[in-house]
Amino acid sequence: MGKQEYTISLFSEDHIGILNQITIILTRRQINIESITASESAVKGVHLLTLVVKTTPEMIRKVAKQMEKLVDVLKVFVHSSEEIIYQEIALIKVTTKGMMSGNVIDHVLRTHHARILEVSPEYIVLEKTGHKAEISELLEHLEPYGVLQFARSGRVAITKQVRELNSYLQEMDEANRVKPEEVEAR
Amino acid sequence: MKGKIETQQEAVKVNGVEQVTGAEALLRSLITEGVDTIFGYPGGAIMPVYDKLLDFEDKLNHILTRHEQGAAHAAQAYAMVTGKPGVCFATSGPGSTNLITGIANAYLDSVPVIFITAQVVSSLIGSDAFQETDILGVSMPVTKWNCQVKKSEDIPDAIARAFYIATTGRPGPVLIDVTKDAQIEKLSYKYKKCTYLRAYNPHIPLHTRSIESAAIMINHAEKPLILAGHGVLISRAEKELMAFAEKTGIPVAVTLLGLSSFPAGHRLYTGFLGMHGNYGPNLLTNEADLIIAIGMRFDDRVTGNLKKYAKQARIIHIEIDDAEINKNVQVDLEIHNDAKEVLEALIPLVKKSSHESWIREFRICDKTEYDRVIKSETRPEEGDIRMGEVVSLVSELTKGDAIIVTDVGQNQMSAARYYKFTEPNSLVTSGGMGTMGFGLPAAVGAKTGRPDKQVIAFLGDGGFQMTIQELGTILHYKIPVKIIILNNSFLGMVRQWQDMFFKKRYASTELVNPDFVAIAGGFSIPAKKVVNRDELKKSLSGMLAAQGPYLLDIQIEKEGNVLPMVEPGASVSEVTLNYKG
Repeated sequence: MGKQEYTISLFSEDHIGILNQITIILTRRQINIESITASESAVKGVHLLTLVVKTTPEMIRKVAKQMEKLVDVLKVFVHSSEEIIYQEIALIKVTTKGMMSGNVIDHVLRTHHARILEVSPEYIVLEKTGHKAEISELLEHLEPYGVLQFARSGRVAITKQVRELNSYLQEMDEANRVKPEEVEAR
Repeated sequence: MKGKIETQQEAVKVNGVEQVTGAEALLRSLITEGVDTIFGYPGGAIMPVYDKLLDFEDKLNHILTRHEQGAAHAAQAYAMVTGKPGVCFATSGPGSTNLITGIANAYLDSVPVIFITAQVVSSLIGSDAFQETDILGVSMPVTKWNCQVKKSEDIPDAIARAFYIATTGRPGPVLIDVTKDAQIEKLSYKYKKCTYLRAYNPHIPLHTRSIESAAIMINHAEKPLILAGHGVLISRAEKELMAFAEKTGIPVAVTLLGLSSFPAGHRLYTGFLGMHGNYGPNLLTNEADLIIAIGMRFDDRVTGNLKKYAKQARIIHIEIDDAEINKNVQVDLEIHNDAKEVLEALIPLVKKSSHESWIREFRICDKTEYDRVIKSETRPEEGDIRMGEVVSLVSELTKGDAIIVTDVGQNQMSAARYYKFTEPNSLVTSGGMGTMGFGLPAAVGAKTGRPDKQVIAFLGDGGFQMTIQELGTILHYKIPVKIIILNNSFLGMVRQWQDMFFKKRYASTELVNPDFVAIAGGFSIPAKKVVNRDELKKSLSGMLAAQGPYLLDIQIEKEGNVLPMVEPGASVSEVTLNYKG
């Protein structure tokens, strides 16, 4: 089975060590992390890790289950790139001299839809939001003009699925929370 | 030795809540969780807890092992025979890293043990202080959960969580690392048991539709086979398994850790699965039309070559750990639930049936195995004493009424093959991890947990020497365990593999052994060496009748092999019955 790109959206408690526990699972199976981001989620107190990995469909199912098994992990969703809306953001610092030559700025703004964040006599900082390929394309375009720094975020993703985390949480809660009447009975 | 020690501190109350040290809160939390026995070893960072233990001697029995690894194995064995979680203490640094083999062993065999390690003073963490180790990082891959407590007020809550997590769902070891300052500082002590954690959902609502589908599959099967694993014992579903098997007439095979979940000798019992398991259940796994796997995980030692494993069968997998489903073997129907709950729901849905001709196939295999392996192993007429012979004699003499503890290797496989387990949880062995040195400390833990039971340890001469220091624990606490060394002066199982797969090149497997009887004598443990067959039975009877601990050093045939064997890479239907090197 061939390898494919998968986006893992992992919702967890905001506890120390979660990231370590996740990477242990991937390291054991020798799966490289293409990108990783951590943030809060729409649910208060729930942390979201978004990982991009390349592996086989069979392997992604196994590691996702092993991640979900971790005590502090609430829910793990695995999606192929078609099932999500995703973006990355990149900041690029280029020489002002290079940017001023020809119609570079015009091209960067009109074709690549980048934004200018800062201008100084020495450098210009650009922001580009898009898919990895689009960012790479812009970077390639700018390289001849003197790229001083380049930094790219990992992928952030929103799923297209209709059922949201909260409904899963509610279901798990109902199956596990001890009802007040049960406590009295004990 | 128990001098009267005055409790120095007086109960101080703030706003009506008692103020105690972290160490006292820790011990009181354990008592509230029903703990009465702790295995451990003191050291610098954990001294405040040990100091407090003296004040709780009436409630907490602390067993000082002679090495932390021994404490870990003993705590695991205690948990396996009592059904209560084990508790184990160790200090920071080497104390905690010495636990790792024991923690990993409990993790692979799903046994609830609460490991409490001490950590250096919180202000020193990260500075490579004396006896500082990042035990959270080290233990992360081998614990179900772990945490560090740096503030005394967090101790009760951490312990409550630890017990909840260790004992629910698929059980496993947990570790709490408590800094020395947290043990000393005071807190307002209140304990509340943990019964719910948002992210942790051990209870899965019953998949009733899947159970209905399972019933249909079972009712239509002609050659169904039950594979019962450790999960049956963990979920205490032995009675349900019996009722299910008897109603459906389906034969039962067990995994190594599933031994004792179904009584040997029952007409539906077919034996033990795996590399050195019984001939019938291995061979006929590849004949069955339906496999009902209950609380087992298709370990590679059970399945042999996966590409040739049960391809003809439809498989139902009843398993509480979702990560085990479709991990090694793709199944046709998954029931991700507790074994007992599933069986309870399934029993009314299945038809009363019998599978006599199918069971006859097992009996034919049994006959073949008896003629070609068992007879010569258990009733040899000449030559040196054999392992199977010793185990069968012990089985006969105890009538199955004993807890059997094993080490790892040939001694373990012989014990698993030839002891007739009839009572649930009467085997304590290291399955997934295969930890040599497990046996002796595990016997200490088992006997401590079940003093009413005869506890017999089958050890090899190699594994015995890995944790031989625990003879000191047996001496110290007068623990009446019966130790049988199946002594072939070899690392027997490795030697067997060298014999079979490495052209008989015995690389570093022959042992020059000390006089074990003399060593036992040094620990005041009565001991006897047995060389001749005619003194074997009498010696075993003598050992079983002894009041205190007893050691038998039995000289076994030097180059005996455990058979049958599913050789590495072979299918379960390609069982080697005879091997002549």
